[in-house]
Amino acid sequence: MKGVSKLNGVLTLILALALWETTARAGLANPLLFPAMSRILTSFAALIGSGEIPAQILTSLRRAAAGYFLAAAVFIPLGVAMGLFDRVYRALAIVIEALRPIPPPVVIPVAMLFFGLDDAMKIFVIFFSCAWPILLNTIDGVRSVDRVLVDTARTFGLARVKTILHVVLPAAAPQIATGLRISLSITLILVVISEMVGSSDGIGYFILNAQRRLKIDQMYAGMIALALLGYILNQAFLFLSKRLLHGR
Amino acid sequence: MKRSVFNPTGLAVFAALLLAWQFVSRSSGDLQSYLPPPSRVFEALLQPQVARALWENLWQTLARFAGGYLIAAALAIAFGVALGYSRYAYSFSEVVIELLRPMPSVAIIPVAILCLGIGDAMVIAVTVYAAAWPILLNAIDGVRNIDPTLINTGRTFGLGRLRILRDVALPAAAPYIATGLRVSLPIALILVTTAEMVAGVNGLGYFILDEERALHPENMYAGIAVVALLGYALNRIFVAVEERALAWREGLRISEAA
Amino acid sequence: MPLLEVDALSKSYSDSSSRSTLAIENISFEVESGEFVALVGPSGCGKTTLLMCIAGLIPPSAGRVAVKAKPVDRPPPDLVLVFQEYNRSLFAWRTVLSNVLFGLEAKGRSGKAAGDRARELIRLVGLEGFERHYPWQLSGGMQQRVAIARALAYEPEVLLMDEPFGSVDAMTRLELEDALLSLWKELGTTILLVTHDIEEAIYLSDCVHVLARRPSRVLETVKVPLARPRSQVATRGAPAFMELRNEIYRRIANEA
Repeated sequence: MKGVSKLNGVLTLILALALWETTARAGLANPLLFPAMSRILTSFAALIGSGEIPAQILTSLRRAAAGYFLAAAVFIPLGVAMGLFDRVYRALAIVIEALRPIPPPVVIPVAMLFFGLDDAMKIFVIFFSCAWPILLNTIDGVRSVDRVLVDTARTFGLARVKTILHVVLPAAAPQIATGLRISLSITLILVVISEMVGSSDGIGYFILNAQRRLKIDQMYAGMIALALLGYILNQAFLFLSKRLLHGR
Repeated sequence: MKRSVFNPTGLAVFAALLLAWQFVSRSSGDLQSYLPPPSRVFEALLQPQVARALWENLWQTLARFAGGYLIAAALAIAFGVALGYSRYAYSFSEVVIELLRPMPSVAIIPVAILCLGIGDAMVIAVTVYAAAWPILLNAIDGVRNIDPTLINTGRTFGLGRLRILRDVALPAAAPYIATGLRVSLPIALILVTTAEMVAGVNGLGYFILDEERALHPENMYAGIAVVALLGYALNRIFVAVEERALAWREGLRISEAA
Repeated sequence: MPLLEVDALSKSYSDSSSRSTLAIENISFEVESGEFVALVGPSGCGKTTLLMCIAGLIPPSAGRVAVKAKPVDRPPPDLVLVFQEYNRSLFAWRTVLSNVLFGLEAKGRSGKAAGDRARELIRLVGLEGFERHYPWQLSGGMQQRVAIARALAYEPEVLLMDEPFGSVDAMTRLELEDALLSLWKELGTTILLVTHDIEEAIYLSDCVHVLARRPSRVLETVKVPLARPRSQVATRGAPAFMELRNEIYRRIANEA
């Protein structure tokens, strides 16, 4: 059944691609909108070969990584503090409640005022948009850590900091990982958006610019590259979190 | 998340931050050009011209959001329930789903501009595309996780496949579908505002970006406040509807935990 | 003509190594209209598989099932199955009343008459006053009563029951047995019940088919001549009851 299921799927895909190719070649579809699949793939290969797409991807990745890791570095500790200490939680609850409903893309104009079109602008936008999944999942994860576990550690005379490092963090790790995974896909979305709205490089800019210059095959090639990037990042994350969380 | 009715510490911190913003911003003329004091943002909100523009753009954004979100929900629930129910149907779409899923949905915007031009149809189309994913995947998952006994119950009562889908599978998968709908809500708002910024002529996303370019930061912040309120209101409405519609689930959780 | 015929029914499963295991081997029996028949056998003897075949939920590998002389190749319209796992079979999103109404809706009945009928059935299974409760608010025994009322609302000619009282406590079980007998008397529905409890099978039925462990087959058919109405004290205490119980027990024990 499993084998049959994959076969059906692959056949559907091949059929769809063949249909795309033939309608494009026969001139049935507007070539401006749907260039032949073969042309898109040729263009994809050429852009990889020339180093154009890898360069754009690297630019985007650099921004994404900076914003993402910055957010993790700030919001995991903050989430732990808010999860452990109700006072900290209550103090910040309303500020968070007020900022959270802001759709991240509208922060782009603000960031543009502060940072212009520099990398810092994109990094800030990613940092802001990753904040909520990481923060809220960390708080939840820390709160659901079994109190008995914490008390056990303390009866063994573990100091507070050690308890947090060796007991609370590992126990909350699966949920923190969930937050980090959600943030990963948000990061990719926001890096593309911020490059579309205010940038002169990066994969998001590349795709939008290709559309504006009516290099439609290049636009689709950029989308393929982006999908591949998304897939690879997600798989890499799953691989790493499996190793670090011992298969959980 | 604990919902505290009254939180004086939280309010105090919030007020202190606003006050700090006010004084810091007031103290420097340079800073005001990109971080005007909250009082000026508030004044902008009260200015009839700005208020009218915000009101009109709010409705445009809301209408696009509603159109995109509701179409996405209808399509994704229908397809998701069908694909979750029939492994055979799923087998045909699995590879296509797996290929499209990892692409950040905003990348579809240039394609939509190309096919649909600039306007409502384009914004709604990209919103539908992006918002449909979480609903679709959750609906497939939800239907797959239905206890076979439940489906067999429908069958032994002589129900046909369509009625089992509607009367058994759909309500049984409702909690999962609700999760998908909840995840999609902010995504839809993100896509509407993004599309308005990238290729819009109106709407809150366009307004905010336009005011930034016109060097009216106080109007820009007023726009952000309005869009945040919109997001907040939409979320509250969603939670209220969900709590009513899935009231039966609340107790189920308790009884399972017991 | 018997209402339900099971003729030389066999069912085998093939596992991953494509070896097939026989779950049911050549079972035949008949159920007359209005009869109460029990199938008794040790746990894991394929009783559930047998009922699923009869209910048209899974196809048999060989043999034939017929209801009113019509061969069963899909869930037949005049037969309904009550599952052992009432908590998994009840619709959690429907109230008690609405769950029972489902049986009527499935028959295409709705409106005030259907509502009245559903209330009537809820009263008959002893759940008056719980119409607006959700299943999770009820105890296990009460949930199974809802499942039975829902099945009866469908007005089946044959009611199949798979270990209906297998997941409730002993006291509730006796109560439910008597509730079922009085419903049966009132409505005249034909009942085929599967159980691993020998005494329950004898107490309830007119006729007991004793099944062997896998592959399932009929070892013996025992008529139950005990007088009705039956009572938990008098009937179960009667020497004839003990005799039947011992006979069936020996038959199953010998087989093992």
